[in-house]
Amino acid sequence: MSVRIFVPQDAAALALGADRVAKALSQEIGTRGLDATIVRNGSRGLHWLEPMIEIETAQGRVAYGPVKTSDVASLLDAGLSTGGNHPLCLGKTEDLPFLKNQTRLTFARCGIIDPLSLEDYKAHDGLKGLAKAVAMTSADVVTQVTESGLRGRGGAGFPTGIKWKTVLDTAGDRKYIVCNADEGDSGTFADRMIMEGDPFVVIEGMAIAGLATLATKGFVYIRSEYPHAIATMTEAVEIARTAGILGSSVMGSGRAFDMEIRTGAGAYVCGEETALLNSLEGKRGIVRAKPPLPAHKGLFNCPTVINNVISLASVPIIMDKGAAFYKDFGMGRSRGTIPIQIAGNVKHGGLYEAAFGLTLGQIVDEIGGGTATGRPVKAVQVGGPLGAYFPRALFDTPFDYEAFAAKDGLIGHAGITVFDDTADMLKQARFAMEFCAIESCGKCTPCRIGSTRGVETADKIAQGIEPEKNLALLADLCNTMKFGSLCALGGFTPYPVTSAMNHFPDDFRPVPLVEAAE
Amino acid sequence: MNLHVSSRDIGERTLDIVSEMKSLEGPLLPILHEIQAEFGYVPQEAVPVIARELNLSRAEVHGVVSFYHDYRDHPAGRHVLKLCRAEACQAMGGDALAERVKSLLGIDFHQTTLDGAVTLEPVYCLGLCSTAPAAMLDGEVHGRLDADAVRDLVAEVRA
Repeated sequence: MSVRIFVPQDAAALALGADRVAKALSQEIGTRGLDATIVRNGSRGLHWLEPMIEIETAQGRVAYGPVKTSDVASLLDAGLSTGGNHPLCLGKTEDLPFLKNQTRLTFARCGIIDPLSLEDYKAHDGLKGLAKAVAMTSADVVTQVTESGLRGRGGAGFPTGIKWKTVLDTAGDRKYIVCNADEGDSGTFADRMIMEGDPFVVIEGMAIAGLATLATKGFVYIRSEYPHAIATMTEAVEIARTAGILGSSVMGSGRAFDMEIRTGAGAYVCGEETALLNSLEGKRGIVRAKPPLPAHKGLFNCPTVINNVISLASVPIIMDKGAAFYKDFGMGRSRGTIPIQIAGNVKHGGLYEAAFGLTLGQIVDEIGGGTATGRPVKAVQVGGPLGAYFPRALFDTPFDYEAFAAKDGLIGHAGITVFDDTADMLKQARFAMEFCAIESCGKCTPCRIGSTRGVETADKIAQGIEPEKNLALLADLCNTMKFGSLCALGGFTPYPVTSAMNHFPDDFRPVPLVEAAE
Repeated sequence: MNLHVSSRDIGERTLDIVSEMKSLEGPLLPILHEIQAEFGYVPQEAVPVIARELNLSRAEVHGVVSFYHDYRDHPAGRHVLKLCRAEACQAMGGDALAERVKSLLGIDFHQTTLDGAVTLEPVYCLGLCSTAPAAMLDGEVHGRLDADAVRDLVAEVRA
């Protein structure tokens, strides 16, 4: 039997040369006349080891990485196709501690299967959740999702089942499922990875949402910065349609659900759900005032479920294994697992799915291994550009929606960006305001004008112009933005700014003027 | 991408694209993406055609085109280099790298080199935050960039 060699096609692996490695490998296999097949899988999420290639052996998959094109010949000399020894050999993939200690529910298949092989998907428990949902009433599906305790993974943490129930209970000739794949937060890439590495799980989750709420049409709104995810999802939808998973009779149920992939156009604010709906309708991505809720009047004024990619991708396993199975993981009101994305200046960057409850310190120091530069960790920003900067003193905070809120932070989409001690927190605070100014949709004044005034005020502090007065002004401005903005862009920009001011006051003190030499 | 098309041709080709896509639900963004793929930017001449066919005002179409960062009002250089400027890349020295790229190319963000070889654009996150600093050159992604890697990228676009 032909040996299977896995070379990831995930964008993070591609960014580190996976395509060149695959090409070199293919040429060497041809030249040597080896009986081997290259499979382009998703990423396992150990990004510091990418491109990490794997070889299927009788004992399981063996990993090698990070592989460069110049390593390919020596790898084959060592007997790569039999799992031979080599300085880059990492041992059996499943024994790698970073993977072994995870609880992979949502990402169970990511990096393991060929993303566009429906056979692989089915062989790894794919479509079991949808098959069960097809045999149930809509109300029962909604109840099961509600009982699982699943909360929106996009950042707001709203219970998914409650949202679905509202749409199910709202009368409408036409209802929609919208998948928010506008993953614009720096430090996050879970949506991208699952769409590239296991696209069918997103499709399955959306089809279940359709059956549960009587919606017949779905849209996946993917940001244009993710061309690889767009290509994979587009192809997967075609395959699913041909296989009868989508279309006029979902898996032969006689109930219809179909979907389209749509591409964003570079506006961060479209990650906000109502701006996203406007964008899908072909309008400027301006935030809508709520109420009405999208569940009542959403896309084209119809009842609409709008969920994050990971929320939807978590539904199939909940339907397959039951609400109690999923709910069993986690802590407090944060149930199940969360794919934590470890990024920035960190030694072991990548994706780590675990039950809620790990402390920030465990994630950064133990799992992430500290900084890539080897310098001390100064701050970590949790939850993207609108998330708070946490100092080491708060590293005992457990990963849980309520625990982070209690420390004036947020989990957001579970991205963690690590900074070493060279970071200038005044500069980071200024950037938060600058980013808000660039991306503001302009509808509400606190966000549109406050962000620009914030940049100016931060500059004055940096220049030592009336620092006390301007610090007070910046704090006051943050307060206005937090409580006066329409959506999370203006409303949450104060999180990084005030957390930087409160936890790193030294960086906001005026630099003593150097006396000019006589 | 043809940069030398007459106004009449733009009108006709826009009409073809709009006719093909107007039956989509919420067709404007897909149409604008297709027009930019066709011309390399969204020409002024396309706006009244789209407006007429979709029963919108020209102001509404212009408003959408100008809202989104992706749509250009003039053609880009032969290559487009997008450098990530978001936090994860900042944490790995992205700002210094950006300064280096700017000085190597002799341009600032949103500018095109005089020889038309490359347009430099900022991007706020490519989802490559664990392999920072990151960039995208003509749709291809590059991670863990350092001074040598950006020198090679710049040499590639200048060749």
